[in-house]
Amino acid sequence: MMLAGATLALIVCLALALLRAALGPTVFDRLQAANTIGTASMMLLALFGFLNGRPEFLDLAITYGLLNIIGVIAVLKFFRQGDLGAAAGEEPK
Amino acid sequence: MSMVIDLLSGLCLLAGAIFSLIGAWGLLRMPDFYTRMHAASVLETLGAGFILLGLMLQAGWTLVTVKLLMIGLLIYFASPTASHALARAAMLRGVKPLLGNPGASSSKP
Repeated sequence: MMLAGATLALIVCLALALLRAALGPTVFDRLQAANTIGTASMMLLALFGFLNGRPEFLDLAITYGLLNIIGVIAVLKFFRQGDLGAAAGEEPK
Repeated sequence: MSMVIDLLSGLCLLAGAIFSLIGAWGLLRMPDFYTRMHAASVLETLGAGFILLGLMLQAGWTLVTVKLLMIGLLIYFASPTASHALARAAMLRGVKPLLGNPGASSSKP
């Protein structure tokens, strides 16, 4: 009962975050929305596994989380320095 | 005993769902980038934490609980890192925070 309610709430969260990603004036708004979508979909996968009685979906959730953090950090480095291979110390000025 | 655990788990899931909705609604409605980030962090800490706690109460002492703990640990470390990198990148690229007028001593009108 509560599992289905929480699943529905997370689907609404995903829709709201998707709307922000579509609207967002700057690229950082879109990235924040993408990060939120990643976290919410991790929770959605976990809840969906419990809802169907198949908690193996948790492995998919862990994989989603790892891919999400790597993707956000890589895209951020690209937008901060304009180059994926730049050294760590230099800042754009 | 099992009914008590079910009730607690349902309450945790309800709290997690409400906090997630508040976070997503704030992400949509807040006026500028930094306040949107603040709203999204509600979803990533309280929403995810309560939902994971509710699922852990349902799973009992099994391998599933260990996996849920791993997801919690991943969010606990990864989400502040991503937020810090995002705010720093936005600051370096010149996204200005929305401030009140400098003369006012508080945010009250």
